[in-house]
Amino acid sequence: MIHDPAWIDSTLTAARPQAVSALLRYFRDMDTAEEAYQEACLRALRNWPQNGPPRDPVAWLILVGRNAALDRTRRQSRDVALPPDDVISDLNDAEAPLVDRLDESHYRDDVLRLLFICCHPELPATQQIALALRIVSGLSVPQIARAFLVSDAAMEQRITRAKARIAKADVPFETPGAAERTERLAAVATMIYLLFNEGYTAGNEPARAALCDEAIRLARLLLRLFSVEPEIMGLTALMLLQQSRLPARFDRAGDAILLEDQDRSLWNGKLINEGLALLDKAMRHNRPGPYQVQAAIAATHTRAASFAETDWAAIDALYAALERMQPSPVVTLNRAVAVAKLHGPTAGLEMIAPLEKALSSYFHYFGARGAFLLQLGRTAEARTDFDRAISLAATPAQAAHIRQHLDRLIQDAT
Amino acid sequence: MLYTLLCYNKEDVVWSWSKEEDEAVMNRLNVVHEKLVKEGKLGPALRLLPTTTATTLRGPDMVIDGPFAETKEQLLGFYVIDVADLDAALTVARELSAANPTSVYEIRPIALYVPEARENAPKDRVKAY
Repeated sequence: MIHDPAWIDSTLTAARPQAVSALLRYFRDMDTAEEAYQEACLRALRNWPQNGPPRDPVAWLILVGRNAALDRTRRQSRDVALPPDDVISDLNDAEAPLVDRLDESHYRDDVLRLLFICCHPELPATQQIALALRIVSGLSVPQIARAFLVSDAAMEQRITRAKARIAKADVPFETPGAAERTERLAAVATMIYLLFNEGYTAGNEPARAALCDEAIRLARLLLRLFSVEPEIMGLTALMLLQQSRLPARFDRAGDAILLEDQDRSLWNGKLINEGLALLDKAMRHNRPGPYQVQAAIAATHTRAASFAETDWAAIDALYAALERMQPSPVVTLNRAVAVAKLHGPTAGLEMIAPLEKALSSYFHYFGARGAFLLQLGRTAEARTDFDRAISLAATPAQAAHIRQHLDRLIQDAT
Repeated sequence: MLYTLLCYNKEDVVWSWSKEEDEAVMNRLNVVHEKLVKEGKLGPALRLLPTTTATTLRGPDMVIDGPFAETKEQLLGFYVIDVADLDAALTVARELSAANPTSVYEIRPIALYVPEARENAPKDRVKAY
């Protein structure tokens, strides 16, 4: 198994965030840290198949990367060589003290810093995500470009620009205080959820859907390092529960299947169990937050054996809680869907009437209003709203959603 | 003699496996599982959810998020329980802890559970211990 290059690959991928972030702390320069890590990976690919994997691959990569970068600097100045890496390959001497220095608490702030740098407030969200994928996840520029449906050159430029911007910014290297840590965690959580949504709304194109897996991987990493943060548990649970529906979300032609029409037996039980377990853990803290509430909403759908058995009263109450925490017309719109299920489409319409101005260019607003109107038999108005929704659809999948409604309207009319 | 085989690996790597990688490993394992079932050697087998889902109970009231992380104690035994949720699991753990106060209990959800496959599960042998 250790000679299997796939094993080495996945170990390098898993080690990357911790290794790069420790190298960044050491060199305080992103390019140097990345180059050092690249060099360490090359040496791992040469060394590990022969000598077997080190006990602590992360520590190995940090030590070898650091030495490689120092070696290069020294060569450039005085030509003094460090011992060859065979000597430190099994890390018998160096590993124990190094591992001591690299205890979990160090990794924690290192990884958080690396993620936080990508969340620089001056960077637009798309650049934050692209940067995190490049630097933290180690995806190649072409991989990221495919995920964002832009050319390699455009993505290269986007990442270079983002890097130039953060190079000018002050990167905080001192250990953060509790309040700062909370702030950073919140910014990082937002970025991870954006990353997830980037993949989730994309439909079933594999390159983009992989972003969801990457977001979950980062969230799990964050959770291992910050194990007592209920909102990080909530965020991870939310993404796991949403991702669990992936096998049921699209038909063979690749068109989206609405939640109400999904074959629930296709939902991924392993992800569901993990998501529910994390939500369970989060709730014990009695420190609710938006991610936990959204995860609880997703869990309510998950627990319903069929769409008809959905506990709409619970969903209404959860959206009401979310409205208080994070007032937004979009949240109210979602709540209105639950309210309409409980009290009828008129109640739903009343609830969303005041939102029209705020959501005048929001696809889901017209989709939902059209559906309420349709239920009330106001088909002409419904059709206008569905047309409007299609014109606002961001993805073919969204447009396909609405076309299903329109098709039904046309069928009923003929 | 009954044995437990405890499987260790790097969780961040294993839980990053693609569906295909995971299935490839599971398929290889299943060949072994089936052989063991035929030979009447396989008792219950299970795969745990990652340590991020774990909660640890130390003493009657100290509930800690995360897995059991100390190295001073050693793994001495485990239970599989079937309860509604984490609170119910903690209730059971507290009962065990009250009976055995120096022990620590890590509560870890199970991802995959393969029940006892042998026809003549050794109920009598359990008594012998």
